[in-house]
Parts: sequence; structure tokens; C-alpha cells
Amino acid sequence: MKRYEKPPEGSWTQHYPELGTGPVSYESSISPEFHELEREAIFKRAWLNVGRVEQLRRNGSYFTKELAVANTSLIIVRGMDGEIRAFHNVCRHRGNKLVWTDHPREETSGTCRQFRCKYHGWRYDLDGRCSYVQQEGEFFGLDKADYGLVPVHCDVWSGFVFVNLAEEPSQTLTEFLGPMISAIDYPFHNMTERFYYRGDIRSNWKVFLDAFQEFYHAPILHGRQNPVMAKPEYQQAGFSALYFQIDGPHRVGSTTTGPSWLLPPECLNPIERAMRSGLFGPWDAADIGTEEALPGINPGKKKGWGLDSFQIFPNFAFIIWERGWYLTYHYWPTAHNRLLFEANLYFVPARNARERLAHELAAATIKEYALQDCGTLEATQMGLESRAISTFPLGDQEILCRHLNKVVNDWVDEYQRSREEA
Amino acid sequence: MAMTDPLLPPEFSDLEPFAREWCLASEPERYAKRLASTMDEMQAFYDALFPRAEEAIAYCEKFPLYDLPDNVLRLLQLLYSLIMVSFPVEIWRQPYLPDTGTASFELEEEPVP
Repeated sequence: MKRYEKPPEGSWTQHYPELGTGPVSYESSISPEFHELEREAIFKRAWLNVGRVEQLRRNGSYFTKELAVANTSLIIVRGMDGEIRAFHNVCRHRGNKLVWTDHPREETSGTCRQFRCKYHGWRYDLDGRCSYVQQEGEFFGLDKADYGLVPVHCDVWSGFVFVNLAEEPSQTLTEFLGPMISAIDYPFHNMTERFYYRGDIRSNWKVFLDAFQEFYHAPILHGRQNPVMAKPEYQQAGFSALYFQIDGPHRVGSTTTGPSWLLPPECLNPIERAMRSGLFGPWDAADIGTEEALPGINPGKKKGWGLDSFQIFPNFAFIIWERGWYLTYHYWPTAHNRLLFEANLYFVPARNARERLAHELAAATIKEYALQDCGTLEATQMGLESRAISTFPLGDQEILCRHLNKVVNDWVDEYQRSREEA
Repeated sequence: MAMTDPLLPPEFSDLEPFAREWCLASEPERYAKRLASTMDEMQAFYDALFPRAEEAIAYCEKFPLYDLPDNVLRLLQLLYSLIMVSFPVEIWRQPYLPDTGTASFELEEEPVP
């Protein structure tokens, strides 16, 4: 494996001196008290991605999003005017969860003209206004105009729907995303063939996320699955990224991906040759609907570029692949040592069975890799919770883990300071 | 032996015995089938289909993907199952992934077909 050029400071980490180079504590990943702070300081103040506009194709399309981390459920809906809005999923009358199907704890989606509470039949227009109160005359001086659904700040970037649970967000979505992310102009909207995976994993969300923002572990943890990685010389050489960049709370890592199709047969699993696909996706590039250079992609402008792994603070990532597809990851804490992990793969819709099979193998391969990570990260959580060790060294290939650790601590510190001042 | 209607196109009649087991419409069904199968069963299926994979892909490719005749759709599902069993057969030598404990990672939505 090639060693790629590093910044003049000698390492990616030292290029960002605020990160330091010392060992770091993972107390923030094992402390229930820290998690309670994190919920307020981060998840109720940062912009959170809850889905894509393709999930709201028509006026009246809606989906619900369970946010255990904020103890709430949201309705995301495209109104009759085409606007996308978000509301707390709670009836104004007596607090019943407004939109759900069969199981009150599960997410749902559909299309409707208004929401009607299952309990006493109060109704709401899709812009949140209360439109009907059952036996309105029985109430005392009740004005429906005062009983609209509780709105949540909602905005869209590149088809990604974000919400912010703060009463008044301190930044607009554009300000929050900052220059590095805002520079991206990618035809996400052409990639509508979707595979959606979900897992319930017993590890802290950051411990889990960290495994998906460094590739240092890949030749080892995933070594058996891939004949190239299994080679002794590859295992010895390890992994080196092409490029890292940090911008505010967000970060990106770029790597090469092969190219798999140039490898000799003994370096591939037979199914990969049969389907012309694998971990890095289909071998044959998709027609993504643009011939233009893609702004914001491959931000280091590196030769041999294969993918960008953009990490949007706090819990959202997307990986853009050179062959013309992308995937997203979401890490939703459900406790200090548990998370709901979501992965979505998005392809330009297959035009024939051959393309569809290449997508199938890419999706199936991701599942095999992710399951290995899931098992291992439960083991990591256990190791950390033993408190046998209090600080841990991070290498230069783990710069993004170091950055997340710092940003989380910074946001919590700032929140605590602002509370003390108030 | 009772005569039953063939499930696959006539060109692939030799794969009929596997079609009854492995023509499964969704990934969760295929994953459950993998976990419930022995390595011998999956190896036999793999050995029968893998050498004909390119021929089967080329056959499916001749039809419009979103309007496949039933027997072609089943041939495509058989190829999805080939992908599913390739991991235990080519890599793990066991139905389960090693070192994954009780971790779950389920496919909730997938393209049709």
C-alpha cells in the first residue's frame, strides 16, 4: 500500500494543532451523566439529518422519525403548498402521539390530506394548523388558532432534510454546514434506488461512528473478507488515506478504492468477478446525469481518488464513490451505551438485471462488513466500560476520531458554561 | 414423481430442484434461509448455479427489469440467493459471520424487483 503525502507539518493531526497529539479519554462514551449532557448540548442544538426529499415525493407525503435521543417523535411532511415542514408528533389536545400505525413506537410513512388523532379525532392541516375539534362547543373559550402542532425548525440542503430542535437555532443550516459541505454539488437526486439497513447495537454512538470514519482497522478486522486485504504484505503495510480535511465540527477523509476491476483473479472473491461489483460498489461507472466536474467532491484534488467520506456533525455521514453512487450512515443514540444504526445505499436505478445484481452484491457486501463492525464495537464498549484504562493513543490515520472526540467535548463544555452564566 | 409446473425458463431446467428452495423475493427471506441452511446445502446450490451465472445474467438482461415474466423474475431471485450464499461458501466456511455475537443489521427496504 502506498504512503500518501502528508501536510508540511509532518502529519494530518499536526496540521490542525488544536487537536493535540496526546492520548484521549473515552469517558464521554461510557458515562450516563455525560450522555444526558450530550443530549441537551448537541442533539437539541445541532442540525440533524432525518431523511431525504425523495421520501416526500408528493404534496401530502409524510414520514415520522423517532428521536429517542431527544425523547420525541417528529412528523416530516410536504404540505399542499409543496413546502417541507417538521412538527412534534403530539396532539395538542391531551398529548397523544398523533401519527403512527399499528405500533406506537415504530416509524411510519404515507400520504394524506390532514392528520387526525386516533384518540378524540382532532384534526390538523399539513401546515400544522388545527382544523377540527371534536365537540368544539364543549370546550371553554378554545380558539383552534392557538392549538396548532408544535413546529420544529426544518430546512433542506441538496435534498437532505434537516431539523433543529432548539427554540431558536444559533445558526442557519447553511451556516452550520459551513464552506466545505456547502461547496458540494452532487446529483444525489438521480440516485433513487435505495437499500435501507437498520441495526440495534450495544455501543455508544461515538464509539460506533469512529469505526466508520477511519480505515486503519480495515486490513485487520475485515482482512478475511477480502483476498487483497488478506495478503500478508497488505496487512503489514496497513492503510493510508489520501487526504483529510476538517471544517468546523465537520470532517472528510478521502481514499483510493482499488480499482478492483484491474486486480488479478486471486485478489477477488469469485462472486465479485461474476457480478462485477463488491465492497466498493459496481465496477462499471453509473451515468449520474452530469459530465461536469463535481464541485466539492475530492476536496484535496488527489490523483487516484476513490471516495470521500463526509462526516457531518454530530451523527450523519455520506460517502460518495468514484463509480457514481453514494451511501449514508446515521448514528442515533438510544442510551449512553446503545444506538440505532442506519445505513442507506443509493444508486442510479438499474436499467437491467445485470446492473441490479451489481447493486445487490454491493448492498450484501456492506451488510457483511457492517455486521463485523457491530460485533466488535460491542466488545469495544465493554472494554471501555471496564475503566481498566483511562486514556488511549490515536494515530494519524485516526485524526477524524480525535476531532469528533474534541468537538463533542467542546459543545458540552460550551453548553455547561452558558448554563452557568445564565 | 409428481409433475409440477416448472418455475424457471426451460434453458435452466436443471436448476429446478434449487428453485423450490432458493427463489425468495426479499433479502430478509434469503438471509434467514442462509442461516437455516447447512454448508453442504449451500455448497451444492453454489456449485450448480455459479458456473451458469453469466448465462443466467445474460438471459435476465434481455427482459425489461421492471416487467419481468414470472419465470425470469425467479431466475433473478436465484441469482440474488447466489450472492447471499457466496459469503458463507467463498469466505466464512460457516453460515454465520464469525465474531458478530448478537448484533443485528436488518434490511428494512430494498428495490423491487
